[in-house]
Amino acid sequence: MAIGVKVLGRPVEEISYVRATVKGLGRTFKHLVNPHKVTMQYPEEKYPISPRWRGTHRMLTTETGKAKCVACGLCPTVCPANCIKLVPGEDEDGNRYPLVFEIDEFRCIFCGYCQEVCPEEAIHVGRHYENSEFSREGFVYDLERLMAQTHPVSELWDPADPKGE
Amino acid sequence: MIAFASLALLQIADPQGTPTFWPWFIATVIKMVVFFTIYMVTVAYLTWLERRVAGWIQDRQGPNRVGWQGLLQPLADGLKNIMKEETFPNYASKALFMLAPAMAFIPALIVWAVIPFGAPMPTPWGRVDLILADLPIGFLYMLAISSLGVYGIVIAGWSSNNKYSLLGGLRASAQMISYELSLGMSAVCVLLLAGHVGLPQIIEQQVSMGWNVLSLTVAALVFTIAAFAETNRLPFDMPEAESELVAGYHTEYSSMKFSMFFIAEYANMVTASAFIVTLFFGGWDIPFTTWDNSAPYSVLKSLLTFGFFYVKIIFFCFFYMWVRWTLPRFRYDQLMALGWKIMLPTALAYIMIVASATLALDAAGISRGVLFSLILFALNVVLLVILLVWLDRGRMVSPSYTRARRDEVLRLRERAQRSVLVTEVAD
Repeated sequence: MAIGVKVLGRPVEEISYVRATVKGLGRTFKHLVNPHKVTMQYPEEKYPISPRWRGTHRMLTTETGKAKCVACGLCPTVCPANCIKLVPGEDEDGNRYPLVFEIDEFRCIFCGYCQEVCPEEAIHVGRHYENSEFSREGFVYDLERLMAQTHPVSELWDPADPKGE
Repeated sequence: MIAFASLALLQIADPQGTPTFWPWFIATVIKMVVFFTIYMVTVAYLTWLERRVAGWIQDRQGPNRVGWQGLLQPLADGLKNIMKEETFPNYASKALFMLAPAMAFIPALIVWAVIPFGAPMPTPWGRVDLILADLPIGFLYMLAISSLGVYGIVIAGWSSNNKYSLLGGLRASAQMISYELSLGMSAVCVLLLAGHVGLPQIIEQQVSMGWNVLSLTVAALVFTIAAFAETNRLPFDMPEAESELVAGYHTEYSSMKFSMFFIAEYANMVTASAFIVTLFFGGWDIPFTTWDNSAPYSVLKSLLTFGFFYVKIIFFCFFYMWVRWTLPRFRYDQLMALGWKIMLPTALAYIMIVASATLALDAAGISRGVLFSLILFALNVVLLVILLVWLDRGRMVSPSYTRARRDEVLRLRERAQRSVLVTEVAD
């Protein structure tokens, strides 16, 4: 034999199958009656999510109920997933507003750049993650839908307080 | 005929006497229906219990969504299995493929014919024994039928035309043949004490002498282990062995046919538990009392004894689950070595010891009673110490090197110490 074979020399008392089995049964029984279970009962209880959690978008509104968006075009420009569709419009006073503002939540990678880049603090990613629809089209959120969202918005990362404390 | 039957039912008979034919016949049919219902519901809820116990042991919750605490889960599972698509492998042997699930399930069910499940129940038409068929050879019937269960598995494995299924089936047959011997041999000791092969008589003997688990502890241990192997439960689930054989013999089965194998596994568990309870744990006997076994029977007594029998069975089913979620699966050679080198010799030697002890005690004039069992119990304690302390030193189920010759191991160790490649040598 060219290569030395490692032969374990455990004391025979330690390799008793019966004693190990009884020990194991005791161990499993302790876990069986242990009331602390790790499973989170999801729809009833939820894990707390970070204040910087980036979930589905939300468009904030002014006091008059209009979207804060001024259709500057920064968010579709910065968006790495190219999921924001923006068609700007202009009213008689020369104020710009979005004619069409759509976010495809399927394409979105939830990087949060749109929120960071927005000069008007209009578009936000939100602290919300329970999305379900019956069709793929349902995931293209239009302006009306984005404005109707009510969940809390995500906080931006603060370099002075990197851990959010 | 029905008129005659109702006429017979209207006759007032002695509630403690033997019923005439028609009341007996109708009572048997009713017993079968009631018993089958209880049995199937128990089996269904064992699947739920298994998953809950598995969850709890692993610090999880298990299914608790469908109904209160998940109690409707078996119903949901049944519905799902019926609705699912049924697949047939192209080159499967159709007839056998269809037959196999039934063959796995039916033996577990028909064994129950001979197992007594309560004290006799008095009715206005005579005393009804709570046993479906009081065969004088109940024990032999039980052994014979329970061995048939393997056919379902082997046929399933063979007819699927799938190498993994076939391997599962082959393993099942090898395993069952190996463990059937120790199963039968360990139960022979019970016959030695009871002097009868009818199961009601075995229970009577345990009532008078104390449960067999005390007087025949080693046999009870061997029987329980062999029963685990017979039902293909972990640590003996070689035929299924998910991690090695996909799902073993039922790889190719889907929907309700797969479910039949699943039901068969749990049905076998209940049946095996009933064997253990009947042969070693007093059957329907309520411990520490004698009022439940004595003559003026009542409905209350029957129900109580049945309740006790049921609780005992559920305990052993729980024990099955508990062991399943504790022990890892044996390696195949360990399984065979345990069956042939440890269990069979132990069971055979134990028959000799019990037979000699019984003869000696009879010759010494000790009547079959509590003292008799106590002496046997003392003998068992000695044997258990020998078995578990002296014999179980890496020889029972162990790493394979412990079965190597001692001088071989020493030679290998010596070589390892000389080798430059091995830096760490224990011992």
